[in-house]
Amino acid sequence: MSDPSTTFAVLGSLNMLAGGLFLLCAFGIVATRQVKGCLGLFIIQSLLLAASALFLGLQHGSWHLCGVALVNLIAKPVLIPWLLRRTVHEEVYSRREIDQVLNIPTSLLIALALVILAYFLAIPVQQALEPQFQSGNVAIGLAGLFLGAYTLAVRREALPLLLGLLAMENGAFFVGIAISRELPLLVELAIATDSLIVAFILGVLTRAAHQHIGSTAVGALAALKEEVQR
Amino acid sequence: MIVFVILAVPLVAAALACLPFRRLAGGVTFVGCLAVLALTIRLALEITAGRPVLAIPKWVAVDGLSALVLLLIAFVGSTAALFSLGYMARESHEPKRLRLYYASYNLFIFSMLAIPVLAEPTLVWIVVELTTLCSALLVSFENTREALEAAWKYVVLSLMGAAVALLGFLVLFAAMRAAGGDAYTWDGLIAAAPRMPPILLQTAFVLILVGLGTKVGLVPLHTWLPDAHSQAPSPVCALLSGVETTAVLYVILRLFPVLKAAPASHAELWAIVFGLISVGTAAFLLLQVRDYKRMFAYSTVEHMGIILLAAGLGNSAAHQAALYQALTHTLAKSFCFFAAGAALLAAGTREIGSVRGLIRTSPAAGISLLFGGLAIAGAPPFAVFLSEFSIFRAGLAGGHYVATGLLVLFIIIGFFGIMWHVNRMVFGQADGNAQVCLPASCLTALVFAAAPVILFGVYMPAPVHELLRLGAAALGR
Repeated sequence: MSDPSTTFAVLGSLNMLAGGLFLLCAFGIVATRQVKGCLGLFIIQSLLLAASALFLGLQHGSWHLCGVALVNLIAKPVLIPWLLRRTVHEEVYSRREIDQVLNIPTSLLIALALVILAYFLAIPVQQALEPQFQSGNVAIGLAGLFLGAYTLAVRREALPLLLGLLAMENGAFFVGIAISRELPLLVELAIATDSLIVAFILGVLTRAAHQHIGSTAVGALAALKEEVQR
Repeated sequence: MIVFVILAVPLVAAALACLPFRRLAGGVTFVGCLAVLALTIRLALEITAGRPVLAIPKWVAVDGLSALVLLLIAFVGSTAALFSLGYMARESHEPKRLRLYYASYNLFIFSMLAIPVLAEPTLVWIVVELTTLCSALLVSFENTREALEAAWKYVVLSLMGAAVALLGFLVLFAAMRAAGGDAYTWDGLIAAAPRMPPILLQTAFVLILVGLGTKVGLVPLHTWLPDAHSQAPSPVCALLSGVETTAVLYVILRLFPVLKAAPASHAELWAIVFGLISVGTAAFLLLQVRDYKRMFAYSTVEHMGIILLAAGLGNSAAHQAALYQALTHTLAKSFCFFAAGAALLAAGTREIGSVRGLIRTSPAAGISLLFGGLAIAGAPPFAVFLSEFSIFRAGLAGGHYVATGLLVLFIIIGFFGIMWHVNRMVFGQADGNAQVCLPASCLTALVFAAAPVILFGVYMPAPVHELLRLGAAALGR
């Protein structure tokens, strides 16, 4: 390392690269038809989240953030897929989701609009932060949150819905690693454990849906309404 | 110390409920809940005597407001456990599934009890998320198509809201750090609030209001609520509708003093607008429901709106009225769902149109349903009437004439909606004349749940009043 300021700048750019790829994965989770592909994208997205935490940690000399990176590295890309394999039947993974609520090009356009909206919403928050907390993470994380929510709106299969939820959490965290760096490690651990429980419970619900109603297209269930007489 | 015992009891009960002994799970759950109730009463008495409990500085603390919520959770937890004994035995489930039910039940109680006890907002967020996860399997317990649909909607929407709220809590942390505060607790936030960048505080508040509002059932994010609160087994509905919503609303209310301490915040306006929208929408939906459990669920949406609105009226009388309303709603609504459960056992259907003359086929269920309807709709001798009236008075005293006027209008519409349906079900000529007997534990639970609804309508014990006053003080700083 020749010069501290060069190192600082390089780490900043690496962080932005991770951020860009993070956003790309969020787009992928919206649009990928194969359930397996979605899971793969989620794993890559979580790895990028950990990478961003690591880069920010090195950039600002915060060991604490490196710990966060480690916690995320273990919990999300490793333990969550393992838990899902244990709870959900293999057949559910090999599905392809043919009918989303909107077709994929329209979906991607709306997703793009959401990202632009997130960017503009992030500006005032960004400006209110102190300089050492400023980075592109706020806009990207917010966009990740929006895209996760949008995934929940358009997907119908159980597993992509679950991954949409976890992607939303990833988005919130992507903001968190930049702006609330000194969050106690105990809390970080608890949040990571919590996302494991999310994966487990939703896995169990998916299995129940698979066993009792023979389908995992839970988004298509619509018996409970006010108008229709049952 | 007592705080940790309160939290440990449901965990131990959950572990015991998993042991393969017939009938052990239900008994241990009920006894555990009674123990928790006794301990919370002791804790509340200590607090009303002027000794706030600070168990671990920065992490665990109990004041008047938390004690009130704890008390509500413990009370409904006990009555619902008692009701479960008869209700769940009636529907002949396998022993293994019953054990699963009671284990989840205890974990659900644990997660709710942890909400008011914790003082660190991100930890509170985690236990709020745990309440969703622990109750998911309770909502889907029947494993029918409808129950699974309800559970999915419940979990997906609640967790989606939770992710938004998580971002809110992280922004709040950043705001506190920017203000130079070092204790991320409810009290630490109030101390740091005047120096926080307003835009960060506002962003955090809106994210948390929307995120946790989803779980409270505020319109327009309420769509999962009638599904989940109608498909779950009735004792679970009583918990979901009676205390889970209140406990999560408590977290939103905790932010009010923080925003009040900051200059130029519009938290109260947000609360009034969101509250009115919820009350209004629910009032009109109450007119056209076809399922009586859904009717009580919509009434929960209505009451959450009323409490939020009252908290937004701003003066200390309104804060006290809001907490009074939270208290009476919890007591009356849990009773209503027990009555609905009894009606379901007696009539075998949830459809309002198919139930006639309930008072003939099962006098106990019919009378309970009639009393429950009157109590929750806000008829005079019951406690809900008094709390709604005190909100009305506080609103007029604060000069909020439009909001108060609309509130009264919506409450009246809701009243007629509920009473019209209840009237149809309770009276009239029954199809069959066979008398239906309810299990003894269900009847006992109905009596216990009804007692405070009637009692608080005519007489308010001094410690409860003091608890409400302390809670209002915590809201109004």
